[in-house]
Amino acid sequence: MNYEIVCGIETHVELATKTKIFCGCTTEFGGEPNTHCCPVCTGQPGSLPILNQKVVEYAIKAGLALNCKINTKSHMDRKNYVYPDLPKAYQISQYDEPLCENGYIELDSGKRIGITRIHIEEDAGKLIHEKGYTYIDYNRSGVPLIEIVSEPDISSAEEAREYAEKLQLIMRYIGVSDCKMQEGSMRCDVNLSLRKPGDPNFGVRTETKNINSLSFIQKAVMAEAERQADILDAGGTIVQQTMRYDEKTDSVTPMRDKENSDDYRYFPDPDILGFCIDEEKVEEIRASLPELPFDKFKRYINVLGLSEATAKQLIKYKKVAEFFEGAIAEGASVKNAANLIVGTIFSNMDTEEEKELFAIRISAAQFAALVKLADEKKINIGVAQSTLQKMLESGKPVEEFIKPEDLVGISDEELESLCKEAIDANQKVVADIRNGKDKAINMLFGYVMKKTGGKADIRKVEAMLRKFIGQ
Amino acid sequence: MRTGISELASKLRKREISAVELTKTYIDAIEKLNPTLNAYVHLTFDTALKAAEKADQMLKEGDAPLLCGIPMALKDNICTDGLLTTCCSKILEGFKPYYDATVWEKLKAQGAVLMGKTNMDEFAMGSTSETSCYGAPLNPINTAYVTGGSSGGSAAVVCADLAVYSLGSDTGGSIRQPASFCGVIGLKPTYGAVSRYGLIAYGSSLDQIGPVTSSVKDAAIVFDAIKGGDKRDQTSVDYDYGDSLAERLDRDIKGMRIGVAEEFFDGINPEIKYKIMEAIALFEKNGAIIENIRLPALKIALPVYYIIACAEASSNLGRYDGIRYGYRASSYTSIEDMIVKTRSEGFGDEVKRRIMLGTYVLSSGYYDAYYKKACLIREEINREFDAVFEKCDALIAPTAPNTAFPLNHKVTSPVEIYLSDICTVPVNIAGIPAISIPCGKDSKGLPIGMQIIGKKFDEATVLQMAYFYEQNSGIDVGVYEGGARA
Repeated sequence: MNYEIVCGIETHVELATKTKIFCGCTTEFGGEPNTHCCPVCTGQPGSLPILNQKVVEYAIKAGLALNCKINTKSHMDRKNYVYPDLPKAYQISQYDEPLCENGYIELDSGKRIGITRIHIEEDAGKLIHEKGYTYIDYNRSGVPLIEIVSEPDISSAEEAREYAEKLQLIMRYIGVSDCKMQEGSMRCDVNLSLRKPGDPNFGVRTETKNINSLSFIQKAVMAEAERQADILDAGGTIVQQTMRYDEKTDSVTPMRDKENSDDYRYFPDPDILGFCIDEEKVEEIRASLPELPFDKFKRYINVLGLSEATAKQLIKYKKVAEFFEGAIAEGASVKNAANLIVGTIFSNMDTEEEKELFAIRISAAQFAALVKLADEKKINIGVAQSTLQKMLESGKPVEEFIKPEDLVGISDEELESLCKEAIDANQKVVADIRNGKDKAINMLFGYVMKKTGGKADIRKVEAMLRKFIGQ
Repeated sequence: MRTGISELASKLRKREISAVELTKTYIDAIEKLNPTLNAYVHLTFDTALKAAEKADQMLKEGDAPLLCGIPMALKDNICTDGLLTTCCSKILEGFKPYYDATVWEKLKAQGAVLMGKTNMDEFAMGSTSETSCYGAPLNPINTAYVTGGSSGGSAAVVCADLAVYSLGSDTGGSIRQPASFCGVIGLKPTYGAVSRYGLIAYGSSLDQIGPVTSSVKDAAIVFDAIKGGDKRDQTSVDYDYGDSLAERLDRDIKGMRIGVAEEFFDGINPEIKYKIMEAIALFEKNGAIIENIRLPALKIALPVYYIIACAEASSNLGRYDGIRYGYRASSYTSIEDMIVKTRSEGFGDEVKRRIMLGTYVLSSGYYDAYYKKACLIREEINREFDAVFEKCDALIAPTAPNTAFPLNHKVTSPVEIYLSDICTVPVNIAGIPAISIPCGKDSKGLPIGMQIIGKKFDEATVLQMAYFYEQNSGIDVGVYEGGARA
């Protein structure tokens, strides 16, 4: 293709606040139609919106994670348009004073995709077409959204996908959204135009709306770029219009316009007072941000010594990284923990969604207990893998599958001599035990365990000690 | 003078009359007069009697609030759970909200007895109440004349004593101007003093609910009951007014600085000007200091008001699409067609005119020239008022440039009617409080209203001045022949 792709992406992300942006209704996905509603989110006459402060906080969080400047002064605007899923005939959004501006996302190549702005707004309801009728479900009406607008810095389908993927991951890390594209909690609109390499001017762009998977973003960019290239090659001109990506045919086609013109007659919403963002509040939110994926990735490589490939797999899913770090904190070794997760645990998860959900039946501590056996070379890696598989299937701890006698460890003879040694060295304690102070036996346990570096089977040690003491 | 709320309350407490009896007296009067006056558009006698029974119970138990058992009325744009609330528009035909406006919730908790919803200009857009889809209410003083508007029904029911008090809403003078035309008292509080939750919006940055009453003290009592911040209205303010304003009406006006701006008297009917000047002289004679002040920006307040109010209205009224509530066109070919037909059939001409005007001033290419400029001038008007209130405690002005128009008065252009809002709109633009009180009659016997304008959240001074005038002018709202207290 003799053209350069100029592409920017607008992403709508549903915020994971418990309640809606202007009322106390739940934001939970699904539910019987029109059960998560009240006078405010269905636009009943006389109702008034109250801005949910959590929404502002989440949006600032997102802005900071995307390296944005947070505007200290902001307000809400009304975006007026008529559509049955929009109960007030205007969407409360932000026009000329967005909450966040001028950020970026860094791609693996080191290229930065600029973020123009992030603003908060409300979602609309949903139309359901059935048996020749149209029904409206307002459960989603008033669910808080942030719209993240990128600069037209994206120049390939791969970059488009990577941008969206990174954005999704960051939002999940900071916990402001689950970003489930198939449920619509993250939706992308792709703006795209072509130009001859070196041409400083932009070509006419189209907007492909509501793309609902990462791979479709890549495919849609490809398909639209090819469509535009064919037109340009044939000497035609591109029409500025709204398009739809059809995954079945892998093609982009023009959408019927909702309104003839794009005049939304924005003006400041008189029902919601403008607000100021406290510098201190911003710093408080900044300090509360968790380690972001890119930083984690660097640390896994530079501090933990993992390979790039492994580090990438571990940081890709927030829960996996948490599980991994939980096991390390319990004393598991980095290398074995990482390999067992990427090798054995991931082999049980076929889809990205499963890895994202990471619903496994054992805890990080239970996992660490197994890893430590391998770390101490008490079991070999093959046994560790098969045992882990059994643990995953049953949800039972490692002791259920590995008996003390299975362990490569101290022989009975060694243990016997250590127990005798313990008795000889602690005659007073032995006397106490014989006089009924049974708890004193703990002193002897401690002696033996210390000598064996904690490897001895405690039940075996007890039996031997009691035998020698004569109880 | 009519029996006020406190005297009625005391009679109810002493069991000289029961709330049910009082309510029945009002039902009788309404049944007798309303068919002519058309002041109420929805009557709620069943719920009123039930409320009265409950009020009697509260009174029996003692400790009942002042408004317990008092018959009252609400403008038809104030939401009442389960009761028709139609803004006197066909498009809200049959609309019964499933929630109460905050003001009604407060009054209901006090044991108020709602007699019905009052007539008004459709969506509060008008100055005569003639744009109501139920036809105009008639002025009880002279039924050949309009009540004024948009809260014409609320003023008429109080004038004819078909309610002890009523609530109206005031976006550009809609409480004060009809109060003036009907010879009663109307208070527009500071923007934010009273919750707008449940008030069906016209111009959201200007709308404010307030009382219409037959005495200044009653206005203070009702204002005391409805004011206060509301967590459901972000623009409401929980201002600390201190003790009850009704208890603090008596104030020596000596040394009080009263501003008089000549801009308020431009093009005013000379009879009205004369009466207002007489009233100002009364204040001066009693020790008030009269300051001649200037408010130059008032000359352009009217277009500023119509731009801002219509812009907000065009957006506020977008929701009436026939989908969720109210009127829906009977035949259509698609959703788009249904919305277009519903709105074409459901809205009256004046509402359509203002929606179009508002849509136009917000359109790209015109926004800066109209809406944005209007907002800038609004700030200038605020600055001028701020400067004036550095020197004055309150201002006196006419409420309207004219007394009531004859019914079906033919106008050459809507602007002729818009001009009658000239004295009231600056107050809404600035968000400050003002009261209209009767100050005599013109040669046709029609009431003239005087406006007292105060600083933000200084309803106390406004009410105190009005009270002084009421007590010293010898002008009061008398007993109405055929009314409930006659």
